[in-house]
Amino acid sequence: MVAAIEIHQLYKCYGAFSALENINLSIHPGEFFALLGPNGAGKTTLISILAGLTLATSGHAKIMGHDVVSDYVNARKNLGVVPQELVFDPFFTVREALIIQSGYYGIRKNDAWIDEILHRLDLTDKADTNMRALSGGMKRRVLVAQALVHKPPVIILDEPTAGVDVELRQALWFFINQLNREGHTIVLTTHYLEEAEALCNRAAMLKQGKIVALDSIRSLINGIQGFSIQLRLSSETLPPILQEWPSSRHEGLHIFKIKDYFQVETILALLRSEHIQVLEMQLQQPDLEEVFVKIMGAESSEVL
Amino acid sequence: MIGFYTLFYKELLRFWKVSFQTILAPVLSSLLYLLIFSHVLETRVQVYQGISYTSFLIPGLVIMAILQNTFANSSSSLIQSKISGNIVFILLSPLSYLEIFLAYIGAAVVRGLLVGLGVYAITMLLYGVSLQLPLWALLFAIAGSMLLGALGIIAGVWSEKFDQLAAFQNFIILPLTFLSGVFYSIHSLPPGWQYLSHLNPFFYIVDGLRYGFLGTSDISPYFSLGVVIVCLTIVSWLTVWMLKSGYKIRH
Repeated sequence: MVAAIEIHQLYKCYGAFSALENINLSIHPGEFFALLGPNGAGKTTLISILAGLTLATSGHAKIMGHDVVSDYVNARKNLGVVPQELVFDPFFTVREALIIQSGYYGIRKNDAWIDEILHRLDLTDKADTNMRALSGGMKRRVLVAQALVHKPPVIILDEPTAGVDVELRQALWFFINQLNREGHTIVLTTHYLEEAEALCNRAAMLKQGKIVALDSIRSLINGIQGFSIQLRLSSETLPPILQEWPSSRHEGLHIFKIKDYFQVETILALLRSEHIQVLEMQLQQPDLEEVFVKIMGAESSEVL
Repeated sequence: MIGFYTLFYKELLRFWKVSFQTILAPVLSSLLYLLIFSHVLETRVQVYQGISYTSFLIPGLVIMAILQNTFANSSSSLIQSKISGNIVFILLSPLSYLEIFLAYIGAAVVRGLLVGLGVYAITMLLYGVSLQLPLWALLFAIAGSMLLGALGIIAGVWSEKFDQLAAFQNFIILPLTFLSGVFYSIHSLPPGWQYLSHLNPFFYIVDGLRYGFLGTSDISPYFSLGVVIVCLTIVSWLTVWMLKSGYKIRH
């Protein structure tokens, strides 16, 4: 089976600065994949190379088996990209923009599909509005629509929910999830890690242009040993016996690291023996954010 | 083919939606040149035997309007798309560099010819100028506007801000058009300036178009056509190469 996206030994250098270093990545058809990393890690550069907006210094990338440089026509026909910047052409209405975009992909009569995406993105009543007159959230939806006019099997979204209100964010994710279930391969970058955790099957984490983690979300989270228990106690200071325990404090809460559930009982027993009451208690499972913080904080010697 | 046609159509719509600025305004400014220069010089200057100064000036103004507007169309469309970022829609698409090249040139030529036709139509009504050899005129109008359309693409791709584009326009295109013999015959110039004028490729476009209007010109129209075609070939090749390599637009 041909990979949806195949990246082989990809480098991108700007002078002495290397924006991407030896990226190897294979994304299978139907995956919902997250590309994570802090600002400046190289996510957008990587997407730009896949989209043909930037040329790699060396290495290869393929979309559905088509090289993004030597066979760019087929690579781009198989790819839809939602850019990070809110760009639009002020000369046209929403519908005109979509008809023109279809034409660029060689599609002449696309009205039925355009109507459907307008409907699914809740843009039908804005179809004949000029792009200039749309709010930021509406422009974002049009960008998504423009990326879909040619029904690409692979869709890349570069921070689609940055600066978007909650309602639109949920609507967008619902829509993108639907596309994924219909068989589209989805790659997204986002700074909202809980979104990535809820939606994606697999993630790559980028740091300073290198992939520092690549695994299923489940395994990444399972890789974090233990979890933590948050307690609000009747006493501010901890008894000596508990001060030894690995813990931290946050807004009056004591957070204890624990390896398993048996240790919950141990901590509670110790507190009881010191006559300290538990006012509030919460167990915290490890999440993607914790994995992210841990990996990004690690030394680069751990680079894969 | 549909891709090319769509981009061409989009580029036509782009200037058509603001046609007051892109067509009517340049037609008006050409007419102002004509009114003023013909008023001042009609009785004092005669360039060719038996041809009034106004008749001499009109083809020059027609081609000047064509050249300036074809350049303006492709260059301003590109720089606007680059600065607002919406060029990404073209760059993401499977449009080939040749399709992009032809669509931008095509739309620029259409705008140039519309402006030229506008200037010609009104001058014909006002002064009754005849077109002696319309095919020659059309040939030079098309070849010249293609050359300037290609130069406009180069300028639009190369410029990173409006300032740089304005410099290209004001320091290269404008002097070359004003000094190409629009307002005078280069035979009236001192030898040194005559020699320099022969190095200006725009001169051959102006002289060739004038041949189409008047049936007479400073130099042979065949020679002019040859020069224009050589220039057009070189500039087109350079433009296509720039687009193909992704110079400044696919970093």
